[in-house]
Amino acid sequence: MPSIPLSYNVRSIRVRWRTTLATVWGVGAVVAVFVMVMSLARGLKATYVQTGDPRNLLVLRSGSTAESSSQITREELARMKYLPGIERDAQGRPMFSPEIIVLIYLDRLNAEGGANVLVRGMGEMGLVVRPSVKLVEGRMFESGRRECVVSRRIANRFANCRIGDSFKAGKGEWTVVGLYEAERSAYESEIWADADEVRAAFGRDFYGSILLRPESEETAARVTKRIESDLALNARVLKETDYYSDQTRSAGPIQFMGGFLAAIMSIGAAFAAMNTMYAAVGARTREIGTLRVLGFKRRSIYLSFLLESVILSGVGGLLGCLASLPLNGVATGTFGWTTFAEIAFEFRITPELLGKGMIFALAMGILGGLLPARMAARKPVLDALKA
Amino acid sequence: MQAIVQIRGLCRAYRQGDIEVVALNNISLDIPEGGFTALMGPSGSGKSTLLHIIAGIDRPTSGSCVVRGVNVAELSETELAGWRNSQIGFIFQTFNLIPVLSAFENVEMPLLLTGLSGAERRAHVEAALELVGLQDRMHHLPRQLSGGQEQRVAIARALVTDPTLIVADEPTGNLDARAAADVLELLTVLNRDAGKTIIMVTHDPKAAGFARRMLHLEKGELLRDEEMRGV
Repeated sequence: MPSIPLSYNVRSIRVRWRTTLATVWGVGAVVAVFVMVMSLARGLKATYVQTGDPRNLLVLRSGSTAESSSQITREELARMKYLPGIERDAQGRPMFSPEIIVLIYLDRLNAEGGANVLVRGMGEMGLVVRPSVKLVEGRMFESGRRECVVSRRIANRFANCRIGDSFKAGKGEWTVVGLYEAERSAYESEIWADADEVRAAFGRDFYGSILLRPESEETAARVTKRIESDLALNARVLKETDYYSDQTRSAGPIQFMGGFLAAIMSIGAAFAAMNTMYAAVGARTREIGTLRVLGFKRRSIYLSFLLESVILSGVGGLLGCLASLPLNGVATGTFGWTTFAEIAFEFRITPELLGKGMIFALAMGILGGLLPARMAARKPVLDALKA
Repeated sequence: MQAIVQIRGLCRAYRQGDIEVVALNNISLDIPEGGFTALMGPSGSGKSTLLHIIAGIDRPTSGSCVVRGVNVAELSETELAGWRNSQIGFIFQTFNLIPVLSAFENVEMPLLLTGLSGAERRAHVEAALELVGLQDRMHHLPRQLSGGQEQRVAIARALVTDPTLIVADEPTGNLDARAAADVLELLTVLNRDAGKTIIMVTHDPKAAGFARRMLHLEKGELLRDEEMRGV
């Protein structure tokens, strides 16, 4: 079907630059908010998805869904430590790390207030079963001493977390002896120390979980069965990666808030687009009549005005996406609903998310343009000419 | 000469609130091919309504309006749009150029519906603009042209598809005397030299004097049908 040239729409948009700018800004703002909030949720999700080693198994108390609510006694620990099928290091020690997590309150660096930070007490194999974690400065903490290593992200966000600094937590004073990086995983939101020192400082006579490395996939199944079927243990075993994937529900509230905010704002933006297009139809009624006299059919007029609305919202969407791009990779933190501690992560703006932002923008353009375009197409020729 | 427009028993009435207004009452006439006809009459006489029905942008209440064998009243909206594009060149009192398009693009608009190639369209547009003496104003926007030039662009747009009929609704109504004379001279040339059939609505006797036939309407009825000598 022959159509009205695009240049007609583009130039008409340019002529009405004030209303054009207002609409483009409105749509752009909605898309920017949408992309930013969704990138926040994605960053948070990615943090959990990237955490854990697929070879590792995590042991929790049966019925516990998180390390924070799990308790494993020293007797239970002793029953599991030397089970056959657990990988051993060069010195013959089982790759088995009894762990406990506690929350401490730390002041923020260069900002008012503070937040809960997760301290993980771990066994001497804690670092060995986490090969993705690298000490980037200083050294590992020593067993039996009130020392800790801090993730670089936490060190960048909280006071007294640099090497040589110390902070009070529980019954003791902890000295920072090293900084680590953990490939943007959830471990980057933690402080690590010796498990027994943490238990002593915080008055816990139990551990929370055990992280162990089976020799192979086959032995993993055997170890799992052995632990779960031992009535004296009352424990459940899951893959470490599965445990952290499950934590992605932390991103749920953010995702919901992003969707909700974007939905509310998009209604406003769609109305703005509609208003602009009604004004455009009103201002160009005689042009519509002329186009009809020249032989353009109703459908051409309809598509032309709908396209104009889509162009407007498309430009808005593009600007919204561009505005959100500088956030990509920016580190931030939020409250973790499963750990009740600060989780550090990065905004993740992916091409797919930008694509969704653009689709969202175009949808607003179509919704806003439908009725005005219909009105333009339905105008009787004579009435339009007399406008 | 063979009639290109045959109108029989044409009536057009419309409602204004509870009152029925008769715009055209039982009009019958023939317009020969190659003629230059002026429709005259006071405001509300029905001359513009008659022109609009002939041009296929209004519909009669009853009667028929046959243009080159096609009863315009029987065409659907979609058919009418295509028919107007191929058969009618319309010249408006207010020029009705698209303000954001150049003279060239305005003249090209009706050709976009014809299936001609870009090169063919360009050749047609250039020829039409040359005919109206505006080949050097092709890339000007309407606001960069004088009223007379704008109307000449509109005339180029009306004739670029080589239509059966050129209809003009008060084409000099918004022009000064000099520009009006130029436009009327151009219409005369198109009629005399290019053989175009022209129907022009005017209430200006001077403008009507350029036509070869004058139909005088009043209160929706055809009062007089005069042959003119032209100028």
